Amino acid sequence: MAAGSTYTTIATNTLASNTVSYTFSSIPSTYTDLVLVVSNLTTTVAGQSIYMEFNGDNSAVYSETWINGDGTSATSVRRTADTKGFLGGYGAGTSTTNPAMAIGHIMNYANTTTNKTALARYSLGNVETNTLVNLWRSNAAINAIRVYTGGTMAIGSTFTLYGIAAA
Amino acid sequence: MPNTYTKIASVSVSSALGAASMDFTSIPATYTDLLVKVSGRELTGVSLLFTMQINGVATNQATRELRGSGAAATSGTNTIATIDQNGSGTTASVFGSADIYISNYASTTTYKSYSIDSASENNGASAYMRLSAGLWSSNSAINQLTFYASSGNIAQYSTATLYGIVKS
Repeated sequence: MAAGSTYTTIATNTLASNTVSYTFSSIPSTYTDLVLVVSNLTTTVAGQSIYMEFNGDNSAVYSETWINGDGTSATSVRRTADTKGFLGGYGAGTSTTNPAMAIGHIMNYANTTTNKTALARYSLGNVETNTLVNLWRSNAAINAIRVYTGGTMAIGSTFTLYGIAAA
Repeated sequence: MPNTYTKIASVSVSSALGAASMDFTSIPATYTDLLVKVSGRELTGVSLLFTMQINGVATNQATRELRGSGAAATSGTNTIATIDQNGSGTTASVFGSADIYISNYASTTTYKSYSIDSASENNGASAYMRLSAGLWSSNSAINQLTFYASSGNIAQYSTATLYGIVKS
């Protein structure tokens, strides 16, 4: 991959206090794809997944297909009428000594003629790994992404949104 | 516009006798995350695996893995980062592939999470895929990454490239 302007930071934030959610807003439509990186994620409540919501839409228009490994078994599940997308986390919790990371790839996010697909990859080192595909059944251009869990995200959790330009 | 995605270093095995390891040392702490891309093959080993040490040690790691063989999906654990690569018994000139993403690597106050997607491919005869979540239980900044074949040397023409990703 070429260095430089094809891969650009749009926004980044490290939580200075425990926070319920973090939102990237006013995302410009000038890129081709988006990459969302969440690192050093810890939550105040165990057993939480990490979610992403596009454009404030919490209606049942998201679907996901997962594959998950917990060190013992590999499982897969599909949901077809969810109210949010997923970055990962199949039900295990984080801790300060086991921070999670997740990477989301949101393709063709700015177009206004097709539904949006997002791939996600989640890693929680001594608990689980999973990967999944999301579909947001909307033709709207994505201009906001809210990241949240079922609990509170702890201080130090970091969220960065990159834009990738095809040209 | 800043360079968000920058090559830090690249290693290529040039000898026909292979190399004991592929090593990145003195990794600067100036980036946000690291990404390593590996194209590798064992010279004599047949296990189809590489391992990755962090800061010169093989300890303090824990992984959860998803593995696919084309016939079944399984899950397991390891105590060191384990990467599917091609073994010496696979078709000549075919190499494995891996992406290793290490977040928040320069922190001196938190443990480190990493993610590995890797595959070995035997020219259509067989293929294996391994998706791993990894934890390095240390507050030290990561300044060295070393890749080993699980036995014997790493084969000629194997490569590894280290990129730094900076968020601002």
